[in-house]
Amino acid sequence: MTQMALVIDLNVCVGCQACVTSCKSWNTSGTAGALADLRPYDEDPTGTFFNRVQTFEVGSYPNTETVHFPKSCLHCEEPPCVPVCPTGASYKREEDGIVLVDYDKCIGCKYCSWACPYGARELDMERKEMTKCTLCVDRIYNEDLPERDRKPACVLACPTSARLFGDVHDPESVVSTAIRERGGYQLMPEWATQPANHYLPRRKTEISIRPDQIMRTDNPRKVDGLQPKPDASSPALDDAASW
Amino acid sequence: MNPAFSVILLTTLTGTSQGLFLAMFGAHLMHALNMPSIDPGSDFYIAGTVVSLLLAGGGLVASFFHLGRPERAWRTATMWRTSWLSREVIVLPAFMGSVALYGLGHLLDWAPQAVLAIGAAGAFFAVALFICTGMIYACLKFLQEWATPLTVVNYLVLGCASGVTLASASAAFSAASLTPAFTLAAVALTLLGLATRSASLIRNSRIRHRSTLQSAIGIHHPRIVQKSQGLMGGSFNTREFFHHRTLAFLRSVKWTFLLLAFILPLPLLAFGALNASAPLLCLAFVIQYIGLLAERWYFFAQANHPQNLYYQTIS
Amino acid sequence: MTTPSRLSNPYAEPVGELDVKKTTCYMCACRCGIRVHMRNGEIRYIDGNPDHPLNQGVICAKGASGVMKQQSPARLTQPLIRKAGTERGAGDYEEISWEEVFTLLGDRLRTLRETDPKKFALFTGRDQMQALTGMFAKQFGTPNYAAHGGFCSVNMAAGMIYTIGGSFWEFGGPDLERSKLFIMIGTAEDHHSNPLKIELSKFKRNGGRFVSINPVRTGYSAIADEWVPIKPGTDGALLLALCHELIARGLYDREFLARYTNAGQLVKQDPDADDFGLFAMDPEGDKINADYPHNKYWWDRLSDRLVPTHTPGADPRLRGSYALPDGTPVKPAFQLLLERLKEHTPEWAEGICGVPADTIRRLAHEMGVTARDQKIHLPISWTDSWGVEHDEVTGNPVSFHAMRGLAAHSNGFHTIRALAILMSLLGTIDRPGGFRHKAPFPRAIPPIAKPPKGPHAVKPDTPLDGMPLGFPADPQDLCIDEDGKPLRIDKAFSWEHPLSAHGLMHNVITNAWRGDPYPIDTLLIFMANMAWNSSMNTSEVRNMLNDKNEDGNYKIPFIVVCDAFQSEMTAFADLILPDTTYLERHDVMSILDRPISEFDGPMDSVRVPVVEPKGNCKPFQEVLIELGSRLRLPAFTRPDGTRKFRDYPDFIVNYETEPGSGIGFLAGWRGADGKKSIRGEPNPRQWEMYAKNNCVFHYVLPASYQYMRNWNKGYMDWAQRVRMRRDADPILIHLYSDVLQRFRLAAQGKRPGRQPPPELRDRVEKYFDPLPFYYPPLESQCTDLTRYPLNAVTQRPMAMYHSWDSQNAWLRQIHSHNYLHVNPVTARAQDIADGDWIWVESTWGKVRCMCRFSEAVEVGTVWTWNAIGKASGAWNLGPTANESRRGFLLNHLISEELPMQGGSGHISNSDPVTGQAGWYDVHVRIYKAGDDEAKETWPQFPAMKSLPGTNSVRKNVQAYFVGKWKKRG
Ligand SMILES: Nc1nc2c(c(=O)[nH]1)N[C@H]1C(S)=C(S)[C@@H](COP(=O)(O)OP(=O)(O)OC[C@H]3O[C@@H](n4cnc5c(=O)[nH]c(N)nc54)[C@H](O)[C@@H]3O)O[C@H]1N2
Ligand SMILES: Nc1nc2c(c(=O)[nH]1)N[C@H]1C(S)=C(S)[C@@H](COP(=O)(O)OP(=O)(O)OC[C@H]3O[C@@H](n4cnc5c(=O)[nH]c(N)nc54)[C@H](O)[C@@H]3O)O[C@H]1N2
Ligand code: SF4
Ligand code: SF4
Ligand code: SF4
Ligand code: SF4
Ligand code: SF4
Ligand SMILES: [Mo]
Repeated sequence: MTQMALVIDLNVCVGCQACVTSCKSWNTSGTAGALADLRPYDEDPTGTFFNRVQTFEVGSYPNTETVHFPKSCLHCEEPPCVPVCPTGASYKREEDGIVLVDYDKCIGCKYCSWACPYGARELDMERKEMTKCTLCVDRIYNEDLPERDRKPACVLACPTSARLFGDVHDPESVVSTAIRERGGYQLMPEWATQPANHYLPRRKTEISIRPDQIMRTDNPRKVDGLQPKPDASSPALDDAASW
Repeated sequence: MNPAFSVILLTTLTGTSQGLFLAMFGAHLMHALNMPSIDPGSDFYIAGTVVSLLLAGGGLVASFFHLGRPERAWRTATMWRTSWLSREVIVLPAFMGSVALYGLGHLLDWAPQAVLAIGAAGAFFAVALFICTGMIYACLKFLQEWATPLTVVNYLVLGCASGVTLASASAAFSAASLTPAFTLAAVALTLLGLATRSASLIRNSRIRHRSTLQSAIGIHHPRIVQKSQGLMGGSFNTREFFHHRTLAFLRSVKWTFLLLAFILPLPLLAFGALNASAPLLCLAFVIQYIGLLAERWYFFAQANHPQNLYYQTIS
Repeated sequence: MTTPSRLSNPYAEPVGELDVKKTTCYMCACRCGIRVHMRNGEIRYIDGNPDHPLNQGVICAKGASGVMKQQSPARLTQPLIRKAGTERGAGDYEEISWEEVFTLLGDRLRTLRETDPKKFALFTGRDQMQALTGMFAKQFGTPNYAAHGGFCSVNMAAGMIYTIGGSFWEFGGPDLERSKLFIMIGTAEDHHSNPLKIELSKFKRNGGRFVSINPVRTGYSAIADEWVPIKPGTDGALLLALCHELIARGLYDREFLARYTNAGQLVKQDPDADDFGLFAMDPEGDKINADYPHNKYWWDRLSDRLVPTHTPGADPRLRGSYALPDGTPVKPAFQLLLERLKEHTPEWAEGICGVPADTIRRLAHEMGVTARDQKIHLPISWTDSWGVEHDEVTGNPVSFHAMRGLAAHSNGFHTIRALAILMSLLGTIDRPGGFRHKAPFPRAIPPIAKPPKGPHAVKPDTPLDGMPLGFPADPQDLCIDEDGKPLRIDKAFSWEHPLSAHGLMHNVITNAWRGDPYPIDTLLIFMANMAWNSSMNTSEVRNMLNDKNEDGNYKIPFIVVCDAFQSEMTAFADLILPDTTYLERHDVMSILDRPISEFDGPMDSVRVPVVEPKGNCKPFQEVLIELGSRLRLPAFTRPDGTRKFRDYPDFIVNYETEPGSGIGFLAGWRGADGKKSIRGEPNPRQWEMYAKNNCVFHYVLPASYQYMRNWNKGYMDWAQRVRMRRDADPILIHLYSDVLQRFRLAAQGKRPGRQPPPELRDRVEKYFDPLPFYYPPLESQCTDLTRYPLNAVTQRPMAMYHSWDSQNAWLRQIHSHNYLHVNPVTARAQDIADGDWIWVESTWGKVRCMCRFSEAVEVGTVWTWNAIGKASGAWNLGPTANESRRGFLLNHLISEELPMQGGSGHISNSDPVTGQAGWYDVHVRIYKAGDDEAKETWPQFPAMKSLPGTNSVRKNVQAYFVGKWKKRG
């Protein structure tokens, strides 16, 4: 069985929001569109987006981490949003595990959104239909697109390649490898929704330097006749012992 | 959650309708079982059915306001295997149909056994509808305030309480003989409601939410604060799942509904019954219903949706 | 994979029917390649062009929102003139035709040109066509021309160009592909944003270590392995201490310093002599190049005697003091640096910049040890400028990037010099894993171009005899009159700011308003929002734009604004020229300007129109060519007076810098058949060839020319052959700057020729130090720091470009207003809670805004996003839009002028060397706003009116869906 998903690398995401507007731009004029914007040029503009990038601060000054956190539908393997839908508009595809909404069936009752613990669904205020990330289902198999472009819009957009795309059930896929090697995790595991999307944690690279590396005998001061000598005034054995 | 008036009306109106019907059917049943009671006469049943239908119809109309695409509402019946909402959508018309037939039976003097059978079906659907409605909320396990049998129990008990209160008021107009029994039942149900609703309040006040900012973003550090939710003018997520009221407001709504839905109706019911005063009993119902509107508002508002963890701060 | 049986929608879009056009993005100055996917003639989608070398297919939030730019309600579509009898700023305009525009403007400019061309000032903002605008000014004959550089990052450009012959910004960058340790200083987003993001993530994934030095942790800094918070304006101290520690521990690349920098060159040390502090020159020696003489000395360590520099077999002493045969005491430049650094210990720096001394030491050790022990060896042979052949290219994998966090301070020039010297000590200039140049850099130190040197250079009806901008090497190069007074309206290249290589755009309005140094007549502003976010002291500047003389005439008589949108600036225009958007016009990103070159060779690019211009708008390029032709400027006119160029595309193809030079705006596909590069005759099919090649031309240098270019004979010969450089001389790094010393000597009265006026002598003497030093920014020198203890700075938001994206329906949902971010410790001390309304006050002004707590900001610093706040009604947003009611502009707190130190009057709030605007120097205090005060930001401005030709009806719902294709079959 196939389960397509995104894996998001928090170690490199800089919070640029490219994935947010690329998603909007691709989807509003596509099979999932139009995605409305209300009061687009007035007070409190608001609109439908399938993907949002948020920011969190972890820890306290000066040991603060700023974490940019992109979130779209996680395409749960046990999606609580699907069984609750009274019309069958929300469904999970067997062939690739993508969770979708059939807009033509949706009555806009919002019940599925209540059933999603992640806040990943948005009701389009103009269409009054439930919408969400489609994992760009209209791109990834689209033979009209060159092979290279058969990926989600947000994945292709991301300048840091923080968004990996693939089949999490295929142990050889880039996503599975990343999850395995980088400790990929799921959000809110407590609800057993089994999100297909995973996140890769931050990782720190440090350099540790031994004192003897700092001033080596081949250092350039030697050339200038300044090979370091110990400070003559510092205590020596001679000061403490007599033979 | 952000309480939607349409849903508040839907659940309170249909709940009252169901309760009223159950009260009527209870009287009918007792009568049929030769219990010592007085036959209220078919006018009472017919009037009761009409009121019940009007209430349920009102709820149905209100529910349409909750739908983005009401013209597609017919589709909702298809997913009864998995969706409590779908089940509710099936059971509600079944209930209303039974009620209508039941009233028609009384009107047209159908065979008593047939009318009783129809009433039994109606009662079954009324209870089923309570369960469906309650389960719509109780089945969402991460809405921990809702995910408890008490949710279903409260829908049942509070609906019955308001319905029976209404029954006692209508009895005071047209079937005085039933008033004491109905009032007694109303008092009992209101007291029971107070108990079960208080139980859920107490339970909910002690909930430890399983989702935290830590589990929401998967970073395990005691101090995490959101700084931006990625949007500044609001979104579906900021409108649908949070009431945007202060805690003090919430608290005042809580005390209001406890007072209006439970405490005040009790003396009104008692005096009303003792004095056979229809206006007092009507007042009891109106006050209780208003209380239930507040209760339902609070029911929604109190539920903490874990998605809110992701929508706390803008900047 | 098999095609799934059930698509989300059975009527999946026939994507194949999309028409894909390629061009270059201009939602910011990064200039990524984009693909514009069209459906039925409308823009359906924009993504990154995978075949473009710069962004390799990725895009950013702005670029992807380009479709919304075309929907903007602020879009100007008609030339407009202020209605007769109405006031400036009132916003009453009427439409006029382009013919009327050209007549009106042409006549006005012709009169100015015939009488006093400097009365015409042309200033341009985030413009990518400075080659053309600068040439227009030169042809017109006015020195009053500059682009955004002066208020942007000229410190970064000048500080490094005067030191290593190249810079960050658009001139060079860190080689993250091979680097192991990367230190980013004072950078939030920068110009090279997509490529930098691509590289940063690869770098981190390859296990590189990333350290960010910044008072604030946002954006790139978020993913740094270590965040080093620092007090703004104090990096100079930190950098000097890092140098101190590296030298004290012997963690510097001596070989590199000796051969490729002026470390070993001997500096005269007779304090009484007029040439104190200049390099000793061998009068007999071969100068080779009069402008950049070679005849300097080393003290050879091996033979222990004086030798000409780079004598084969010699190796200079870097320490000690020596005497020339005539007895003049001399010291190697490095020795002078050592003496300068002596006191600059980590402990000293800690007291200034707040970074613990142990951290400074550790960072120095990390840099030094990584540079020394992880050396890169590439099997690439090359020949240095002195003819020595090298079998390999080596590199020290420590790299840096810095931007406006260093530049936008009035001590930035010296801070950046310190950084360039630190990078040189580590031996990381134009070497793998370190800093790499981008063509046309490296340039000579300083580059050859010079500004007009005096009134004789500015004559009626005559082009300037040089460029309007340049790099002074000596007081003789200043743009001043006989009395030493500024010749330019912005006082660039005057004694106030001698090395202001990019002008001082931020002072133009104030100076013109005051008539100091003289009044002007016509101010043409292109692509800059000077009535808002690119001016300091914004409210006052707005008043100046409207201010009148006693005779009732405006102090700035005629203001022309060329913009594509209704910005805050258009309200002050007498004449508005509606420009096209980037998707509607031809454009070139020329090597004559700042191209998009990569480390491996020159690269330039073009834009081609993908949609029709809207309404009656016209590319500014066309406006300039039309005006140039009508004014009969020589470059645009044939000898018989007829116009030379049909239009801009024609100009680009056929213009040559000199007749027959073969050098034009575009370097690719030159020659009649398009087979030549860099140089060659005009090619009539050049545009077509660019269009076919992703709109970009990339010339990849042979590997042996790609490194050590300052001293790479092969590269230099090539560069000279293709006329990218005049000479092929090596460019030695200026650890010690004799250029600066020449100005100092003038200030000390030790040099014949031009000397600063008395009130500026001390200033020039102090700040023209040949070695970097730390001083507190000028603003803090004249601020009561106990009353205003906090530093206030801004950050670039990644999803917004200055003020110009609030009109974008998608982007403004991400940033509709802004907060002041304050460390909770700092806020609580004032009893301020998260989300409170507060006042932020500086010596110069105050604003009211909302406070947001943040643990990611240094305790003495507060910050906000740049340019999110807007004037009411600007950009045709609703009058109560969040941008104006809850957004605010920090610029109200910043003064464009400071009291003159040790004198009367005022002087620009800028770096005393370069004129770089001191944006990040301002000091503030914060306090809670009263409960009774309005819950909106302050100051507020009366709502602007919609301009004729813009969409005056704003949609309440915009459900953007393109084309006739309907998803429901
Ligand atoms: N407080 C504070 N102030 C700052 C800075 C800071 O860091 N802090 N940064 C400074 C810096 S570095 C800079 S560069 C400046 C930038 O400041 P500005 O140069 O003023 O930049 P923008 O706000 O983008 O305004 C540019 C104008 O160009 C217009 N425009 C956009 N596209 C086109 C086009 O295609 N054609 C034409 N003709 N016009 C167009 C826009 O509508 C806008 O009016 O701000 C400076 N101001
Ligand atoms: N998305 C987007 N990209 C842009 C722009 C934009 O508006 N939007 N503008 C473009 C322009 S014109 C420019 S000039 C560049 C500017 O590019 P950057 O220089 O990256 O932009 P700034 O936001 O000015 O970043 C200044 C950084 O320096 C820090 N800082 C301030 N003072 C100090 C200090 O004293 N020491 C240190 N170490 N850090 C300090 C600030 O906290 C901030 O993080 O960006 C360009 N790219
Ligand atoms: S595009 Fe990539 S780097 Fe940018 S916010 Fe999205 S995931 Fe992060
Ligand atoms: S993230 Fe939410 S919407 Fe997406 S599958 Fe899971 S539960 Fe459903
Ligand atoms: S909103 Fe639409 S998709 Fe969601 S539960 Fe209701 S009908 Fe199903
Ligand atoms: S996969 Fe497609 S729909 Fe989902 S967030 Fe990415 S771009 Fe949007
Ligand atoms: S970085 Fe700048 S040029 Fe590149 S896509 Fe974004 S807005 Fe366009
Ligand atoms: Mo800038």
